[in-house]
Amino acid sequence: MIRLTWRQFRAQAMAAFGALAVIAVLLAITGPQLVHLYDISIIPCQARGDCSAAATALASRDSVLQGLGVVLVIVPGVIGVFWGAPLLARELESGTYQLAWTQSVPRKRWLAVKLGLVGLASIALAGLLSLMVTWWSSPLDRVNADPFTLFDERGVVPLGYAAFAFALGVTAGLLLRRTLAAMAVTLVVFAFVRVAVTLWVRPRLLTPRHIISGLGQSPGLGTPSPPQPGDWVISDATETAAGRVIGQNGAISYGGGRYGILFGPQGNGRVALQGVGTCPNQFPAQAGAPGGRPSAAFQRAAQECIARLSVKQVMTYQPTSHYWPMQWYELAIFAALALVLTGFCFLWLRRRFA
Amino acid sequence: MNGCPVIEFHLDARSGVSPYQQIVQQVRQALRLGLLHEGDQLPTVKEAVERLAVNPNTVLKAYKELEHAGLVAARPGIGTFVTRTLSDASLAAHGPLRQELGRWLAKARRAGLDDESIEALFRDVFRSSAAEGVA
Amino acid sequence: MTAVVAADGLGKQYGRRWALADCTLRIPPGRVVGLVGPNGAGKTTLLRLAVGLLRPTAGTIEILGRAPGDDAGQLGRIGFVAQDTPLYPALSVADHLRLGGWLNPRWDDEMARRRAGQVGLDPKQRAGKLSGGQRAQLALTLAIAKRPELLILDEPVASLDPLARREFLQLLMSIVAEAELSVVLSSHLVGDLERVCDYLVVLAASRVQLAGEVDELLAAHRRLTGPRRDPRTLPAGQEVIEESHTDVQSTLVVRCGGPVLDPAWTVEELSLEDLVLAYMSRAREQGPADRTLSVLR
Repeated sequence: MIRLTWRQFRAQAMAAFGALAVIAVLLAITGPQLVHLYDISIIPCQARGDCSAAATALASRDSVLQGLGVVLVIVPGVIGVFWGAPLLARELESGTYQLAWTQSVPRKRWLAVKLGLVGLASIALAGLLSLMVTWWSSPLDRVNADPFTLFDERGVVPLGYAAFAFALGVTAGLLLRRTLAAMAVTLVVFAFVRVAVTLWVRPRLLTPRHIISGLGQSPGLGTPSPPQPGDWVISDATETAAGRVIGQNGAISYGGGRYGILFGPQGNGRVALQGVGTCPNQFPAQAGAPGGRPSAAFQRAAQECIARLSVKQVMTYQPTSHYWPMQWYELAIFAALALVLTGFCFLWLRRRFA
Repeated sequence: MNGCPVIEFHLDARSGVSPYQQIVQQVRQALRLGLLHEGDQLPTVKEAVERLAVNPNTVLKAYKELEHAGLVAARPGIGTFVTRTLSDASLAAHGPLRQELGRWLAKARRAGLDDESIEALFRDVFRSSAAEGVA
Repeated sequence: MTAVVAADGLGKQYGRRWALADCTLRIPPGRVVGLVGPNGAGKTTLLRLAVGLLRPTAGTIEILGRAPGDDAGQLGRIGFVAQDTPLYPALSVADHLRLGGWLNPRWDDEMARRRAGQVGLDPKQRAGKLSGGQRAQLALTLAIAKRPELLILDEPVASLDPLARREFLQLLMSIVAEAELSVVLSSHLVGDLERVCDYLVVLAASRVQLAGEVDELLAAHRRLTGPRRDPRTLPAGQEVIEESHTDVQSTLVVRCGGPVLDPAWTVEELSLEDLVLAYMSRAREQGPADRTLSVLR
């Protein structure tokens, strides 16, 4: 069974790992140059504390190869669509399953070998690519101000994505029994899950830190330190005492402002803070240039109102120290999804056919 | 004699006669016409089956019936061989009978019968004489 | 003697429709069984149930004494060629034979190569480029070289030209002559079956209409032609299968236990094709499988 699976998978495997080998060669050639450049341009400037120009120069090197990071993002999806979806769908669609399941190999073993061989190849492909890209990019990553933006294309999560995409493709193929439909469904569902996890799950993988402050004020003693460069700021919201969000980023606007905390006239000479209530203090007659930034006097009055209404600014962020634990957690989530889908495939196979 | 089969079978799908009957008839016909002699080997079951695409049991049944009639004998592992011909007594009479038949046919044609009428007439007389023979 | 195929009230339902209903069969071993019926009658369903590609909705089926299961032993005893002879188009003939060896412990490689060569298959030719007849030959070789006790073929010659059909049946029959093998062969073409089958199952309207040894069935049925007569006046023991009347003449196909003695009838034997057609047209008149008959045992 192993030999048959390999025989069927041979061409695709050789194409993919051949491409990987080419990439490996390219990265192996240019990698040391990057390290060398780092050594001569960044390390000296770090002693001086003035690295922004050198960092920009470094970051603009080999921009094409930096695009490999993007390749790493799409490779799991491609694996799911081209290796996972056709695995079972093609056999079911063309009728060759009738040939395969009437040899002397039980169905469970047939499925286990196919999933195992091609699944492991998928994970290996994604893993090797991730390893190579992470290694090659390490000089760049060290000067990168925003490591969390490249979370998807470094480290161990690509293995999880690949495993999940593969399992998803196989399941789609098994349920839909049509290759093209399975490929389309796999792509759509995979993209959706990835986006959903990135937006809604990743910020909460580890409990984020919160900085609570009055508006425009530095945090007081005893609060954790504010976000450092490289931390991932998830949100910066203005909240009422009850926790309701009334604005973002601490900007103050008056009248028809479209963002920030909104103050508006209340008609009886008073100013109201939208979503909270009437400001107890007096405000200057002029808010400032219409549609522009409020005047300094207005801003002072606004600050006082905010303080007296117990409105606070809450900044939620993940520090860089959480980066690797989050990688492992996200990997675990996708690996668990992959295992659930795999188990489902075995159950479905047993239930639907004798 | 040698081990090479002397005759080959053929099946007429539309004759209305079952396959095994056709094989029996073809063997008897060959015996009658002197194509098969004592000691000749009939096609093996495998050869017959490969040529005719017919169920092996059909061939076996035909050979068994011929064996029952004493015309052939099976030698296990080797084949089925002719033990007796049908042509001994009657072959001699074939010549004069052929001539008589030829003359009758000429007469029938002169009387204006076409081929179909001749066949129909022959069959009718053949059947009624056969029935008289039974009754 | 264990029946090679034993079905009891076997049925398969898809949605509201019964593709096969109330199927009861006892097929003795060592036969070449012809499974005949119109398209959609349930032949493929029955064969798939036999091979374990489908689960019954009702009733049971046993093949070679055991229920079709997903274990290597049972799978190894049955050879199957599905409709349209599915093969892997990208793999060559030689690859397919190797596949047989990898997946079947009782694979006879020498026999497989010999037969493939005998029918003219080029080992390097990819299966996607073979003609219909060659695909059928390759599929049959794959099914037979694992030395099964039972061979199941679903419409193997339906899409072949007459010469390819003849060659396929020649190969099949020579295999049967060599080995102790039972064959179940489904077809909607009756002509081929007449020379090849010694056991017949007629499947129409999702039910078994007729089953038995060909010789016995042919001996038990007659065509009666005579002056117009109401079939209900026939003596008991003569079951009318098909009837047709003109003003003055009746033609009946009857199943009779003994000889027909009434001198008014002209009695003729039936060909297998006529017999099958009689039962198939009776099935059509009786309508589709009764949906109330969904007995679950």
